[in-house]
Amino acid sequence: MRLKYLLPVLLAAGLTSAALANPYETTLKNGLRVIVKEDRRAPTAVQMVWYRIGSTDEVDGASGVAHVLEHMMFKGTPSVGPGEFNKRVAAAGGRDNAFTSRDYTAYFQQVPKEKLEDVMQLEADRMRHLNVDAKEFAQEIKVVMEERRMRTDDNPQAKLFEQMNAVAFQAHPYRRPIIGWMNDLETMTAADAKAWYETWYVPNNAYVVVTGDVDHKAVFALAEKYYGPLEGRALPARKQQVEPAQEGTRRVTVKAPAELPVLIMGYKAPVLRDIDKDSDPYALEMLASILDGHDAARFNKKLVREDKVALSAGIDYDSTVRGPGMIYLHGTPSEGKTVGDLEAALRAEIARVQKDGISEQELKRAKAQLIAGQVYKLDSMFGQAMEIGQIEAVGLPYQKLDHMLRKLQKVTAAEIQAVARKYFNDDALTIGNLDPQPLDGKPRRPAVATRH
Amino acid sequence: MKRLLTAAIALLISQVALAGVKIEHWISPSGARVYFVESRALPILDVQVDFAAGSMFDPEGKSGLAALTRSTLDLGAGKFDETAIAEQMADIGASLAGSADTDRASVSLRTLAARDKREPALEILKSVLHAPRFDADIFEREKARTIAALKEAMTRPDSIAGKAFWAAMYPNHPYGRQATPDSVSGLDRDDLSAFHSRYYNAANASITLVGDLSRADAEKIAEAIATGLPKGAAAELPMPPTAPKWGITQLAHPASQAHVYIGLPAIERGNPDFFPLLVGNYTLGGGGFVSRLMKEVRDKRGYAYSVYSYFASLKQTGPFQIGLQTKRSQAKDALKVAREVLTGFLKNGPTDDELAAAKANLTGSFPLRLDSNKKILENVANIGFYGLPLDYLDQYQAKVQAVTVEDVKAAFARRVRPDNLITVTVAAD
Repeated sequence: MRLKYLLPVLLAAGLTSAALANPYETTLKNGLRVIVKEDRRAPTAVQMVWYRIGSTDEVDGASGVAHVLEHMMFKGTPSVGPGEFNKRVAAAGGRDNAFTSRDYTAYFQQVPKEKLEDVMQLEADRMRHLNVDAKEFAQEIKVVMEERRMRTDDNPQAKLFEQMNAVAFQAHPYRRPIIGWMNDLETMTAADAKAWYETWYVPNNAYVVVTGDVDHKAVFALAEKYYGPLEGRALPARKQQVEPAQEGTRRVTVKAPAELPVLIMGYKAPVLRDIDKDSDPYALEMLASILDGHDAARFNKKLVREDKVALSAGIDYDSTVRGPGMIYLHGTPSEGKTVGDLEAALRAEIARVQKDGISEQELKRAKAQLIAGQVYKLDSMFGQAMEIGQIEAVGLPYQKLDHMLRKLQKVTAAEIQAVARKYFNDDALTIGNLDPQPLDGKPRRPAVATRH
Repeated sequence: MKRLLTAAIALLISQVALAGVKIEHWISPSGARVYFVESRALPILDVQVDFAAGSMFDPEGKSGLAALTRSTLDLGAGKFDETAIAEQMADIGASLAGSADTDRASVSLRTLAARDKREPALEILKSVLHAPRFDADIFEREKARTIAALKEAMTRPDSIAGKAFWAAMYPNHPYGRQATPDSVSGLDRDDLSAFHSRYYNAANASITLVGDLSRADAEKIAEAIATGLPKGAAAELPMPPTAPKWGITQLAHPASQAHVYIGLPAIERGNPDFFPLLVGNYTLGGGGFVSRLMKEVRDKRGYAYSVYSYFASLKQTGPFQIGLQTKRSQAKDALKVAREVLTGFLKNGPTDDELAAAKANLTGSFPLRLDSNKKILENVANIGFYGLPLDYLDQYQAKVQAVTVEDVKAAFARRVRPDNLITVTVAAD
């Protein structure tokens, strides 16, 4: 059947996703869940293995260990030598990599469909049999330090973001950078990485997502064959960590070699915990789309194009995270404008929503983009696997993705105005400011005082 | 391992017969080259229009003109002002994208394929291509934003290194000229209009359509796009670049990491040396985690997170480039290792095992290059813009398979001469 005719049905309100079996799911006896989404458009497949473990599960003094372990996962098992994992995936015509976030660590391979079995075997092997060799670790930790230099130390915006979060969160582990503080990397040992692996890398803390030109029953059988024999083990209790309420605006400045200042305003915000009962996160998602969803959305139209107070301005809000949520407003002031001017302009845009709300036309537009986006996402096999994996990583069921979409479609203009009034609260605000420094250390332009 | 590879290759050869993508090609009545792939699985239409209007066509002293023309193109056109363009596209869930590189300026549209969606989207696309306004106030605003971005880039070690690298590789060719705050501030809106009139014409265009569309509709859409373009001739290429003399540029910067580039002008699109270079470079530095550079620089010594090499074949002789970033105090050591790897490779080429591994990956991963409309569009637009054979994708795996160790050595010997290598370091102690 051509998908075209299916889509209107998929998107129709009121229909439960249970009517469609795809994606398919099974749980092995050891607790490993296997989720398969069949997509027969091209003879390829994606395997992703997701571990419910990220930098948020680290402790002080060992920041970055989740990410370091991700690197070590390529360093071999008793049956697959160091570097051999990549070699075998490459020989199979595949591409592979991995990524670590605050909330999860994930590994993936994109392969011609005939090679899915090979990479399932490889992932199953390293799920329980990794060697954390001290010599390999000694080299790899240097690589991670170079990664930190590249991504953060020499990247002024990234440094600002790191400092912002360190200030916005005081108790919650989101205050630590995913890549880890440099000093923690310097003192980390192979034993630290090994302990992390032994504690968290078990089938009952993981799930496998496969998308592509595959038969779900065949994938389940392969999963049973390769992952089935691995033993599950009880996980340590994870205590919920709650960030204490913020009671006043916080400010942080980072000086770094750069030309342009950067402003980030981060407000504490709710996130999705219950797909059915929650409503504010949906309204905030739609607000973000109205402010920054296209080139003539409010921020770009008013701040960049009309008033020319900013070279760029945007909003970031992710409603699906394990920890506390934040809404970030960010931008760079135009030449002759200060971060203070930009801050005032961003505040004025929020105030406009608080006072006058948004138009039905704007809301309709944001919803039209959302619907089209659901069609476009089907063009990427990898994107579909990512979507399932990410939502599961924060403890929300992928079966309800369609329901989330329907909830977004039902958001009203009044709800958007209400969340704008509720969450852009100065007491829950952290402001970060990149203060650009000349490369040669000599002052380039007079320092400009910021407001407040 | 060896047995595993042989098995992999045997299986792959049997797949070579599988057809890749069926490309239909014709010349529209107005003279544009059109490339069409019908793909009915998803209700999506992608259209990309490419012009030979990249920065290589910037007039002397007006560096940045091609890029600014492209970025201002969709900020007001025909009866649509910039707000109407963005809002009406969003209303139907469509979007415009594209940019200018050294060779080409691209405008692409992604829209739902249903007639009531695609028609208004195509209406806007045509206006943008046919009648950009280049309004004075918008032009001034975009100019200021471009200058600010260039100033920012001039503080970044990677940008500084990249600009110096291209300038040193192409001392007498437009590829070596870079937009600067000065060159951009000298531009006026008439420059943009003139550039558009000269280069955004049908004879200078290739139009690629991929998606849920009939051939008859594709013909109509392509001609409607082509017929409204300015009249004119295809772009004339400058004299091809000449090889630079061996040289090293060392620039100071306070960054914690040094950026190191090594390379030279190497190959143009469509040259038969491309396949031996592609296969050989997989072993040298193209094969991600399994390349020699990765093994020596990253795995064995922990010098860098990222180290790679590639050939970027362009309209005219495009570069071969090795790149890495490393703690500034060990830049000399890392550079030495990278040079040794290159020298060793130039001398002996890949081993038989390495060659087999390269072929297994390059042929085996072929389906991954074409498993979405987006990827098909990119591949077919490249074939169209660079005038590659229509069966380029069908032949790809066989051409990779045919490469021998001797082919690799000979092609590298022709294309990567040590006497012509340029090295640039930024922030190295």
